Amino acid sequence: MTQLVIWTIVILTVLGMLLAAILFAVAKKFKVEEDPRIDDVEKAMPGANCGGCGFAGCRAFAEAAVKADDLDSVYCPVGGGETMKKVAAILGRQVKEKAPMVAVVRCNGSCDVRPTVNVYCGSLSCRVKATLYSGDTGCSWGCVGCGDCVGACQFGALKMNPETGLPEVDESKCTACGACVKACPKAVIELRAKGPRGMREVVCCINRDRGPQVKKACANACIGCGICFKTCTHEAIVFENNVAYIDYSKCKLCRECEAVCPTGAIHGVGFPKPLDVEAVKARIAERKKKAAEAAAADKKEEEK
Amino acid sequence: MKRTFSIGGVHPHDSKISRDCAIETLPTPGTVYISVAQHIGAPAVPVVAPGDKVKTGQVVAEPGGFVSAFIHSSVSGTVKSVAPRADLAGKMSMTIEIQVEGDEWAEGIDRSETLVTDIPDDPKAIIEKIRLGGIVGLGGATFPTHVKLSPPPGSVCERLIINGCECEPYLTSDFRVLLEKGEQVVVGAAILRKALGGVPCTIAIEENKPEAIKHIGEVIARLNFSGIEVMSLKKRYPQGGEKQLIDAVMHRQVGSGALPISVGAVVQNVGTALAVYDAVQKGKPLIDNVITVTGNSAPRQANFLVRVGTPLSFILEKAGGLPEGDLKVISGGPMMGRAVANLESATLKGTSSLLLLRPEETLRGQEGSCIRCGKCTDACPMGLEPYLLNRLVKAGDLEGLEANAIQDCIECGCCLYSCPANIPLLDRIRLAKADVLGVIRARAAAAKAAASK
Repeated sequence: MTQLVIWTIVILTVLGMLLAAILFAVAKKFKVEEDPRIDDVEKAMPGANCGGCGFAGCRAFAEAAVKADDLDSVYCPVGGGETMKKVAAILGRQVKEKAPMVAVVRCNGSCDVRPTVNVYCGSLSCRVKATLYSGDTGCSWGCVGCGDCVGACQFGALKMNPETGLPEVDESKCTACGACVKACPKAVIELRAKGPRGMREVVCCINRDRGPQVKKACANACIGCGICFKTCTHEAIVFENNVAYIDYSKCKLCRECEAVCPTGAIHGVGFPKPLDVEAVKARIAERKKKAAEAAAADKKEEEK
Repeated sequence: MKRTFSIGGVHPHDSKISRDCAIETLPTPGTVYISVAQHIGAPAVPVVAPGDKVKTGQVVAEPGGFVSAFIHSSVSGTVKSVAPRADLAGKMSMTIEIQVEGDEWAEGIDRSETLVTDIPDDPKAIIEKIRLGGIVGLGGATFPTHVKLSPPPGSVCERLIINGCECEPYLTSDFRVLLEKGEQVVVGAAILRKALGGVPCTIAIEENKPEAIKHIGEVIARLNFSGIEVMSLKKRYPQGGEKQLIDAVMHRQVGSGALPISVGAVVQNVGTALAVYDAVQKGKPLIDNVITVTGNSAPRQANFLVRVGTPLSFILEKAGGLPEGDLKVISGGPMMGRAVANLESATLKGTSSLLLLRPEETLRGQEGSCIRCGKCTDACPMGLEPYLLNRLVKAGDLEGLEANAIQDCIECGCCLYSCPANIPLLDRIRLAKADVLGVIRARAAAAKAAASK
């Protein structure tokens, strides 16, 4: 009995030492040199592995960041400026400031303003619904309301509002990874700059149909009247395909477009005070009056 | 032992409740809306402008490519507009709107009822007449018939199959055509046979239509046409599928991704054979087709001969109006048809039926988890594994989907029909099919670009 125990211990010890020697030799011979900074960068990442940066995960991002010559080509939308600064510090490089972005739902055709013309009873998926037909309302452009974006969001930033039938973005949770943008078959969701102190103007409609048709389909839609385009003094409004679009890089947040929009399709978000429509309209009228007077004066001078 | 296809298939109740309703010719509506995208392939190009006067049977749009078809005015009157209009799914498609004035037919169309049995000799001339007649496959796919009759070089056609299966429940338009226009269908089959170089022809009819089988057999004997036979098949869905029908009739399997001509078969629908007869013998282009209006909640069952471009609301009104309450209107059969979201849309060449169902007949159950019972695999007539495809779709594995032959899916819906967990298998497979097709096309384009370098 004692002998058996002794032999077992001896054999296992010898075997263990032998294998350890082999492992040691192999590890020495086939050692993979890896930049230690990759590990450091990965630790600095948020670790969500969401793929919002365009790489397969945080590790892949770290590898790309270490390999890249400058940090312009890589950006972690989830971590944002903070994370990029940390990464830049590890790699000893400079990083440009990028405006923080947020997902914006560009449809405000809630159930009460967008009459239902048929009832959908198929598979509950926006993509399936969008391929089958134009949707259960007269608007063939807006949100179809099955919540593919909610399913795509890994951060719990989106949820469907059962009253409006539209998704709502929780800005404190949204990391602008872009998953919802990809999931939406109608391209209703867009990533936009959050704006100074979270203030921004958005046209919440992408319906390209002509005015009368749009009006019939949805009371909150952009009818393509072009009043906002004519009012804007900052050239921030692009007016194409019967629908207005606000270029957030040019918008000065004067809220004039919001005040003149006849259907309320333009939404001001994050402003501390509610919009005083009359005051803004008076300001526009004043400006127009002055411009007319100046034009008349110019004309008189020319005549002289 | 009656024949049928070898794998998969389901047995839905055939519900042919409109089978005894004779074909009625529907009057022309006040306005017709003729879409230029009525067939698979490139949309046709309109050749009329608003204000133009057109006659019945006059060309209003010309083919937009090789795989495309002529489109003719189905009425006489004035063109009101050529503009995008919402189709049955509410999506926009270019449409020619014609206001009807009288019913004046274009020259060269023989409107008499006399049966013309003398068949032209030259296959090329026949195919050209079919092309000019704007004929497309009326079995559902609306593939231009002249393209199907011109096999690619190197392939040999050995048999023509006339598809009279009508395996979709409810539909009876093909059945009524076989009964009431059997002579024309048989002559049409003889013409198609001639166009393919005199190959033998089988008219395949499912056994639930014994009157049609008997009638067509008598017609063939009476007209004394050789080379045409009628075959009775077991009832099974989707026997009307091209590949399934070839398997049933010829016991040959069309390979993955291959065309029926690769096994020497050409399949044409009964409605197509009738249209071919009209075009070749009478000079009448494809401007009308038989549409079944049916369903347990329909005010009355009917089979209407309808001009192409008739608004669906007009047809339903003539069938007794829509009954009260919620209703689902399906264009086509219950298995493969599409729900109609816009009743103001108009019929197309390929519209076969308007099926009216109550919500309780159509509602789907709550989706459950896959229990790996394998019913979908047993039901799939293409030998695919729908449960596996569903898993791969969820994982977004396009390569895996392609490797598992997702492109072979014929979208018959047998998997969805048989699934006890109510998983929307077909919905997911259909979406992924489009994605995989995109990948295949992108790869082909890349290979082409590399080759040209």
